[in-house]
Amino acid sequence: MGQKIDPNLWSDGAEPQLMGGRLPSGQIVFPMPVGDAAQGVEPYKLSRRGKLWSWTSQGFLPKEPYEGPGSGPGEGPPDFQPFLLGYVELPGEVIVESRIVDARLEDLHLGMDLEFCIVPFNATHDTFAFRPLTASESKAA
Amino acid sequence: MSENVYIIGAGIHPFGRTDGRSGREQGVYAVREALKDAGLDWPDIECAYGGSAAAGNADIMVNELGLTSLPFTNVANGCATGGSALAASQQAIASGMYDLALAVGFDKHPRGAFNAKPSDYGLPEWYGQTGMMLTTQFFALKIQRYMQLHGISRTTLGRVAEKAFRNGTLTPHAWRRSPVDLETILNAPMINDPLTKYMFCSPAEGAVALILASEKKMKELGADGVKVRSIAVKTRPPNSFEVFQAGVSIEEGGKPTVLASQAAFERAGVGPEDIGVAQLQDTESGAEIMHMAENGFCKDGDQEEWLANGWSEIGGRLPVNTDGGCLACGEPVGASGLRQVYENVEQLRGRAGERQVAGKKGTGPRFGYSHVYGAPGLSAVAILERE
Repeated sequence: MGQKIDPNLWSDGAEPQLMGGRLPSGQIVFPMPVGDAAQGVEPYKLSRRGKLWSWTSQGFLPKEPYEGPGSGPGEGPPDFQPFLLGYVELPGEVIVESRIVDARLEDLHLGMDLEFCIVPFNATHDTFAFRPLTASESKAA
Repeated sequence: MSENVYIIGAGIHPFGRTDGRSGREQGVYAVREALKDAGLDWPDIECAYGGSAAAGNADIMVNELGLTSLPFTNVANGCATGGSALAASQQAIASGMYDLALAVGFDKHPRGAFNAKPSDYGLPEWYGQTGMMLTTQFFALKIQRYMQLHGISRTTLGRVAEKAFRNGTLTPHAWRRSPVDLETILNAPMINDPLTKYMFCSPAEGAVALILASEKKMKELGADGVKVRSIAVKTRPPNSFEVFQAGVSIEEGGKPTVLASQAAFERAGVGPEDIGVAQLQDTESGAEIMHMAENGFCKDGDQEEWLANGWSEIGGRLPVNTDGGCLACGEPVGASGLRQVYENVEQLRGRAGERQVAGKKGTGPRFGYSHVYGAPGLSAVAILERE
């Protein structure tokens, strides 16, 4: 396991959870605000299960401040690894933007069941993602 | 009681790539074109508003244009820089304080997708580090969901781009002036699914200047003006879905474009059915499709039929992006919104040449509509009228 890309982005433990915030109004937001904006906002552990709200693929190497494969010294577009990303609706909470892993573009569809996970990002850091639940996991959910 | 405001001069520096000429020099070029068009000299201009996103401050243009001591306000409002400069110029004249104002926008961006700094947008560093801070992703994510919900096909996305390049061939100020066929567009490398390379506009260079006048001044000069019927600029309402959002509310919120459009129509006292030509923000093919509905020109999903039947072509029921839009002109951020207004001025004055939209009386259309959208969720709409 690498270091977390941000120490406060998800909770530690066997079943990590993405950290959101609960506003005084009761609304759940992501990410947890920082600085003065965090006043009155309670840290809130977000659901590990959600449904796909939209998706796309990233087919080219992003410019700075991207720090994934292809961005290092001496690296370039050939080193880039295309990835999938999307918005995941966590029922009753908030819709979060996330990488989508263990899936093919053609398998993605609106409302598909997804689960939170932690994945390696680059040589030193991990990041968060969502991956499809298998049919039996979906049923158990 | 506010004064009527008219655009009496319009100038453009061709969009695209102009090596050896800075963004601001392109701006100066556009100002001189606008002055020539209005039959004015620089010292006649009483106040100015303008800016760029990546090519420096506008007020330094006085070095080239002349040190006339006019108040020159720099505008830095992202994609709405041009729209905000126009709104400020319009207000300056509508208030009765000035009779002649300049709105100018210019830019010169490096090649490739825009890169943005998370802290500039109040976002955590990981959002950029992990490769999620890309405007192109937002556009793909927004149209992907829209296509699923409203039955829009990939072919329709392709048709928007095909139309843009076709209109670009007729437009002297456009960057992309060669047609691209539907097959090529659909089979081009995928940038962010479902959007291929030809469905995105590129950062570019260019400049636009507009000269606004009071009715009294226009008559005094005997100038040929197009009336600014209404302008509305709106930032995002609660719970909206915008570019650069790591989290979106589960409550479906409003849209800045819908708000700006409704406000502009209300102030103008006209409706979508009155508009004869429209320039809608088409950062990519999907944006034009969604903005047709958000601006009230069709229902969600009807775009499939519109594009299949050519209703948004020049000669169609409502010509959209007659100069090829951002797709064919590229997007110099500071100038892009003013280019749309420039195009409507040309169309309403019947000066649009091969791409001229026919009006009811054998001249140009009576009402022109322009709409710009940008980060972090704002829209500007302008409705012009040829009286």
